[in-house]
Amino acid sequence: MIRVGEAAQAPDFPVAARHALGNAQLRRNVRHATEVIRNKRASVVGEMPDWQELRDAAHEIKDHVLRHLDVYLEQFEDNCARAGGHVHWARDADEANRIVIDIIQGHREREVIKVKTMTSDETRLNAALESAGIVPYETDLADLIIQLGHDRPSHIVVPALHKNRAEIRELFQRTMKLETLGPEPQDLTAAARAFLREKFLRVRVGFSGANFAIADSGSVCVVESEGNGRMCVTLPKMLITLVGVEKIIPSFGDLEVFLQLLPRSATGERMNPYNSIWTGVRGGDGPQEFHVVLLDNGRTTVLADEASRETLDCIRCGACLNACPVYRQTGGHAYGSVYSGPIGAILTPQLQSMQHSTSLPYASSLCGACYEACPVKINIPEILIHLRRRIVEAGAPLGERLAMKAAAFAFGDASRLSIAQKIARAAQLPFARDGRLAKLPGPLGAWTAARDLPAVPPESFREWWKRERGKG
Amino acid sequence: MSAAKAEILDRIRAALGPRDDTRVQEYEAIPRRYRQTSVLDADARIDLFLSRIQHYDGGVFRCDRASLRETVARALSDRSKRRLVIPPGFPREWLPDGFEFTRDDNLSHEDLDRSDGVLTTCTVAIALTGTMALHHSPSEGRRALTLVPDYHLCVVEADQIVETVPEAMRRLVALNPSLVTTISGPSATADIEMTRIKGVHGPRTLDVILVE
Amino acid sequence: MRISLFITCYNDTLFPETGKAVVRVLERLGHEVEFRSAQTCCGQMHYNTGYASEALSIMRHFLRVFDDAELICIPSSSCVAMIREHYPKMADEIGDPAIRRHVDALLPRVFEFSELLVDKLGVTNVGAYYPHTVTLHTPCHALRALHVRDQPIRLLRAVGGLQFVPLPREDECCGFGGTFAVKNADVSVAMLADKIGCIRETKAEVCAATDNSCLVHMGGGLGRQQAGIRCVHLAEILASAETPAEQAKR
Repeated sequence: MIRVGEAAQAPDFPVAARHALGNAQLRRNVRHATEVIRNKRASVVGEMPDWQELRDAAHEIKDHVLRHLDVYLEQFEDNCARAGGHVHWARDADEANRIVIDIIQGHREREVIKVKTMTSDETRLNAALESAGIVPYETDLADLIIQLGHDRPSHIVVPALHKNRAEIRELFQRTMKLETLGPEPQDLTAAARAFLREKFLRVRVGFSGANFAIADSGSVCVVESEGNGRMCVTLPKMLITLVGVEKIIPSFGDLEVFLQLLPRSATGERMNPYNSIWTGVRGGDGPQEFHVVLLDNGRTTVLADEASRETLDCIRCGACLNACPVYRQTGGHAYGSVYSGPIGAILTPQLQSMQHSTSLPYASSLCGACYEACPVKINIPEILIHLRRRIVEAGAPLGERLAMKAAAFAFGDASRLSIAQKIARAAQLPFARDGRLAKLPGPLGAWTAARDLPAVPPESFREWWKRERGKG
Repeated sequence: MSAAKAEILDRIRAALGPRDDTRVQEYEAIPRRYRQTSVLDADARIDLFLSRIQHYDGGVFRCDRASLRETVARALSDRSKRRLVIPPGFPREWLPDGFEFTRDDNLSHEDLDRSDGVLTTCTVAIALTGTMALHHSPSEGRRALTLVPDYHLCVVEADQIVETVPEAMRRLVALNPSLVTTISGPSATADIEMTRIKGVHGPRTLDVILVE
Repeated sequence: MRISLFITCYNDTLFPETGKAVVRVLERLGHEVEFRSAQTCCGQMHYNTGYASEALSIMRHFLRVFDDAELICIPSSSCVAMIREHYPKMADEIGDPAIRRHVDALLPRVFEFSELLVDKLGVTNVGAYYPHTVTLHTPCHALRALHVRDQPIRLLRAVGGLQFVPLPREDECCGFGGTFAVKNADVSVAMLADKIGCIRETKAEVCAATDNSCLVHMGGGLGRQQAGIRCVHLAEILASAETPAEQAKR
């Protein structure tokens, strides 16, 4: 099901893409970043003789969980609560934000340190917190850059890839009020470390997402590289974790599959620096109050559409973005949503009511590179086609529908096709010059603006065969 | 049951339709044809693990039980570390003279921040990925111990090293842990122009003593 | 063998020379080629753009036309991918088990042209002569759906006088993508620019491929740039042959 609505304003993909294509620095950064990760991924995946078997297992595990999602969610809740955690359920973004705010305000707190989670971007938690007088501090380096610069993320794993070091340096110097700041990435990273460390040691409320929520143990797992995740889930007195309902996995042991697939796919590493797994509350170690907010926000709608249900298998590795030849040209902002690239093209229209939703499933040449890269084997091209079908069923533009119906009519019978060919041959006459069509009207003008098109030859193959071979 | 929970569960059940009660059999039938055992022998595993640590710029020391104490001393001196935090269950007999060791007894974040580093054991190590996994037992310490100090010296015993991730996870599962932290080198970021910078938050220096 | 040619709707209309070339090559190898004139289209354009019910009727027509064909040769990897990847599901959607049986019986007899030559007929040298430097683009459907990558290269390497140059980053999409080229023309052209960059890097005179869809897009861009590089379907290269006199001189 495609959701189209007023929830957010973003231009249709072709319009946003044209804008992005005009930004040379963005294109350079996107190209460089995706190439680096793609090459690293290829290298570490190439080391794995059982990569396909891991993908198969991951896909099966995820499909299985979705088929029994209610059971696994209740199992998770029971086990988490038994270990001293509080489990909340949120039907939509507003409810989730409200729950988080109520918990924080209930403790009369005004600050929260956050670990990157796209789920909180999806619910627009930061804006809600700020409206409630609570200050959120993003602690992932890229999200810190985005937050300090009042910007938007452009990639799932490397959200600030559209920024270069000079821009970041200027931003840090200004917002962190630094007298001097070296220009190298090490200097910038050191500045971020110092800036954030003060908050890690002081702020009493932590907020995180989760990569996986484990049903049989009631545990939660966060996968990260920088260490800010460990800081936020360990040092504060209270921790709130927001997690989409589709992130459940059946068993602790299943991590053996996902912890191999995720780091290799996301950052091209054999293993990312830190994984944190915790269950409820443990006396004397870490937060003494722990809340989990289970979020629906449209996921159950995706679940109901069997043909596109596997969209929910996604483990947010970003490999499809790095593989995608369309994303490589435009970067993430052109998709107008938190989730970009191939996964964004299928998830956003199903999850979020956006005006430009119907343009996203067409933002693809169906090349299949995403499916090849996806560690959980989501058949993104197939789902794109399925969503296109939904869009057409809901009502495609009249001109397109008529053209497609006319073509289908012609393809229904060879004699009709022959007539259509003759019509095409005649219709091109005003536009044909030297065997080429250099400038066509209407939508086909989009082709001839940049490319030649050969003129329709005077004799089709079937006409030739009939003439030469005397049959048919 | 909250209204939200009821509604979400209802939506899920409506989305999935009627089902047979075959969940457990289905789960057990999931094909797992990925690698689950070692192909390397013990020596090769150790060598691989240590080379991964060195790749992370971690210092590597090898010794036997008898010379562990002096190896700890050597490692700490190499890094000029004098004031270390120790987990409550870390073996006393491994602590050399000439350094200041403070047993963790609910030390504040600031105390941890002021120390030179921390010494711990680990639960299992993974050769292929250069990973050490802790389940925060008394000799490993609570999580903040291996997070706030800037230096972590970890004592790994040879038979704790497995080759693959599944082998390590199974050892952990058998302990039914409520807390697990896996550490694979110091923290890192590539967020600035895809340049990989080591050491963002968490200990920037990581050394391993392998006890054989 | 009696080989039935499915020319494809776009080749029939726009690239009849490709069809003639396929016929020439297969007959040169001693096979009989038939052309069932009732054929029209495989339904890919409609299916990919979201017009499923139209695609279903186009499929049914295809099945009726080719029901008892011994072997079906298709000089277009995207059409073969359409049939292989989607026809079974589409048949299931119609819900008639007889149609599904037809599809299952048909699939093993459907081949992309280079697949047919190398894998089915066991031939790499088709007696061609084409004294030019040639690079090869691999269409996404050939690469990922059919796993047809080596066959065209082996065929080209066996062509007399031909110098083969591999194409850098040849697994990157050229940007055609069917209606994508028109609906997202700007991105399509940006992708094309990258592809042309790689083609020009090879310094080849000719860029070949198994699909005229990619070729008309790449050739259209190269032509607009006056690059002097021709895009030629693999079949037309394989159909080129020397006369005995030319051969003797060489």
